[in-house]
Amino acid sequence: MMLEAIGVASIDELYSDIPTQVRINRPLKVDWLPSEQDVKGHVDRLLAKNKSANDMPIFLGAGIYNHYLPAAVKSILSRTEFQTSYTPYQAEISQGLLQSLFEFQSMIADLTQMDAVNSSLYDGSTALGEAARMASRATGRKKILVPLCLHPDRFSVLKNYTEPAGIRLETFAYDKETGGLDSADLQSKVDKDTAAVYCEVPSFFGVLDPEVVNIPSICHPKGGLSIVGFDPVSLGGLKPPGDYGADIVIAEGQSISTEMNFGGPALGMIGCRGENLIRQLPGRLIGMTTTLDGKERAFSMVLQTREQHIRRERATSNICTNEALFAIGAAAYLSLLGPKGLRELFESILVKTNYAIKMLGEIPGVVVPRFRSQHYQEFVVSFKGAKGSVARLNKSLLSHGVHGGKTLVWDFPELGESALFCVTEVHSTESIDELRLLIEKLLEA
Amino acid sequence: MFHQAKWDEPLVIERSGTGKRGHTPAKPSDIERKVVGWDAWSGVPKALLRNGPPPLPEVSEPEVVRHYTRLSQENFAVDLGIYPLGSCTMKYNPKVSEAIAQNPKLEKIHPEQDESTVQGILALMHRLDQFLAEITGMSRMSLQPVAGAAGEYLGALIMRAYHRSKGELDERSEMIIPDSAHGTNPASAAMAGFNVVVVPSNADGIVDLEALRKVVGPRTAGLMITNPNTLGIFEKNVLEIAKIVHDAGGLLYYDGANFNAILGKVRPGDMGFDIVHLNLHKTFATPHGGGGPGAGPVGVRKDLEKFLPVPLVGFDGKKYFFDHDAPDSVGKVTAFHGNIGVLVRAYAYVLSLGPDGLKAVAETAVLNTNYVLSKVLERSKFELPFSRKRKHEFVLSAKKINEQTGVRALDIGKRMLDFGLHSPTVYFPQIVDEAMMVEASETESLRDLDELVEAFLKAAKEAETDPDRLRSSPHNTSVGRIDEVKASHPKTLTLKWNNPKARGQTP
Repeated sequence: MMLEAIGVASIDELYSDIPTQVRINRPLKVDWLPSEQDVKGHVDRLLAKNKSANDMPIFLGAGIYNHYLPAAVKSILSRTEFQTSYTPYQAEISQGLLQSLFEFQSMIADLTQMDAVNSSLYDGSTALGEAARMASRATGRKKILVPLCLHPDRFSVLKNYTEPAGIRLETFAYDKETGGLDSADLQSKVDKDTAAVYCEVPSFFGVLDPEVVNIPSICHPKGGLSIVGFDPVSLGGLKPPGDYGADIVIAEGQSISTEMNFGGPALGMIGCRGENLIRQLPGRLIGMTTTLDGKERAFSMVLQTREQHIRRERATSNICTNEALFAIGAAAYLSLLGPKGLRELFESILVKTNYAIKMLGEIPGVVVPRFRSQHYQEFVVSFKGAKGSVARLNKSLLSHGVHGGKTLVWDFPELGESALFCVTEVHSTESIDELRLLIEKLLEA
Repeated sequence: MFHQAKWDEPLVIERSGTGKRGHTPAKPSDIERKVVGWDAWSGVPKALLRNGPPPLPEVSEPEVVRHYTRLSQENFAVDLGIYPLGSCTMKYNPKVSEAIAQNPKLEKIHPEQDESTVQGILALMHRLDQFLAEITGMSRMSLQPVAGAAGEYLGALIMRAYHRSKGELDERSEMIIPDSAHGTNPASAAMAGFNVVVVPSNADGIVDLEALRKVVGPRTAGLMITNPNTLGIFEKNVLEIAKIVHDAGGLLYYDGANFNAILGKVRPGDMGFDIVHLNLHKTFATPHGGGGPGAGPVGVRKDLEKFLPVPLVGFDGKKYFFDHDAPDSVGKVTAFHGNIGVLVRAYAYVLSLGPDGLKAVAETAVLNTNYVLSKVLERSKFELPFSRKRKHEFVLSAKKINEQTGVRALDIGKRMLDFGLHSPTVYFPQIVDEAMMVEASETESLRDLDELVEAFLKAAKEAETDPDRLRSSPHNTSVGRIDEVKASHPKTLTLKWNNPKARGQTP
């Protein structure tokens, strides 16, 4: 009947314009399972081979963090009206999504003290890439200064975002004692071609460095911008980057929106100050407006002339699909915790970080923290005075059902045998004590 | 009659009341407090301390859940009705994929875990790489790109690496893109440092070969194209196009946005493409989340494998491992291994359908779309510029209706919302006046398709009988037509920026 309505004799006729020599005339070589139960069973069995943070304590961070995700966040994200919708091109029928995203933008802007935040990018690393390009466009300059203590993968992504635009990356050193900023080195590198200086709070090493608040006063007089990478939970206790002069902020928002999922999907966040920079923002922006008759509040995508579907090769970015669902997750998370909850969570992680540092510090031959500073969530452990290597220790820890920290041996050889450990609110006192006992025992062996 | 929910729901911050909260995070233990000292804050540098609690709403859990549940009800979705948004492939997302993805063995694994503890996910990634390579006719896939545009950008980076390896990057500065291409193509090419050269479509709506021959040359880095193109027309000269570009020393990039039309029928690799991306959130039925997450794996031909991002997943006969031994790799395009949660759903989708099912997807999508096209053309004044042969989507022109009634494509799209379905994509591609781009995916029933046809016909008829009703539509959605012009100002973006009094104050 459908074929008749179309006026063809067969489905093949609908494909008759495809040259015969390019058609595939055999079945695809992919597996097939005959029932839903088989498919679920198969994937369940595959995934069962993984060991998760539910099976063993995992002391890894470095960009993706194991936090407790409130059940209500998961419940809200499972609403299929959100989950199975598309980009809200038709605003009138997508108000729920648009309002949620506007709330996300507003909350992150308040939290960071920025004027505007977009409705998401892919992840923290591409957010940094976009921020660097944005700073270069806004200043007409081609040099970005980044800390030497940056996750090497984040650096690699940044390089892929900047190199084609002719932007040069230069690193500035960290203080060998405190792990904080080497101000003299930074100062000597900021010049008239510096588009921006990037820094992270806390740093990749988990250091809370008071010197970072001076970065804007180093780069602003020379016409450069300050980009700050923040940890969303830490803003429960830490000063908003906008308060110390940041022009652009970026973050990985996985912590406050979704589970680790082997690193993705995540949530890229970007925000900035001032109209000039706002017009350089990549990605979707949601604005609050009214209906045409002016009677009702309403939301829609705005400033779309920055975007690829309108501006094509002159767009501020190529981004189209983003991580909108997790922006809703972040809005729900921040609403649930509120001012008190976020502050308490920061405190909880702060206490546990200090506790873990104290405990591991009692192990002979181990220097922790490697850097003489206040740490948050992460810290470097140096095994310089101990026998053996981080690689061997981590293997032994695993055989005892504990996953150790991220080795820094390859990426930061100047630190010798050392590793980056992470604790959040999910790490129990017992698991930290066990880690300490195991390391002590294994290093002796 | 469709009526969307309307709650007049305030902003969550407007629900805020002092002292309320929706979640109490776990506290440190007494032992931890005792060991650390009761005031952990004293160690935090003063310069970095927040002056007061962060400015967030104070609301209870039920208030938060009701708020976002109400908002969800004010949102259209595939689970509510037909979503004929051209080039977006809004098909039904099987629920089994959700059940599969909600597994602690997936959710609670960290991307930097020791390989011995993640053998399950590595095996899945390895097999998905093989499945997608077979489906596209390519040699190897990178699962790292997290969206279609991210795949395109990686494709452009691979072209840079390829031309650089031949010492030709400086000369090969031009990316050729048809005028019917998605906006992401020129944007990705430009971001990767290429100058965009637009090649026009001919009277049949496909790439004009003569025009193409004129623009290719020693400056050509590559060509980015989707096939079928955004008009839904198959580029039947694709082998000739490939030859022209390859002869000039350029590479051919396949934008997988329209892959749903050719799944199991034709493969980009067999059409001469060198680099391909797939949109798993389109063709492979993973939910689009209101704009994301997605996944845009990229496949390449054999000699380009060495440029793929690190790490790929290898298998030594016993164990799966991350292969970092790739000196020519472009490096990384996202922080970790890609949108794994999306990849797992797509893997389940392939297994559920198998070879016959995948082919049936394309055939049914093309059948459905052509059915709607025939019915609409037969009974209305919509026109179909260019050739009649369409695959999974078509682009109507409402030009004639506009000339006769003053009603625009936008008005027709808005009116369609009133009938409980989503509008087609409007005003794209730009080469069609008053464009309405329609895609009716394979998961729509005949009844749904007839409803879509009726929506077009009803709107077209109203354009003649009651044009004001169209121009003032939609009437049955949560809110009426929105003033998007007023919205287009930076000050509309956040409450704080909206309200000067709140600016600069940290409570």
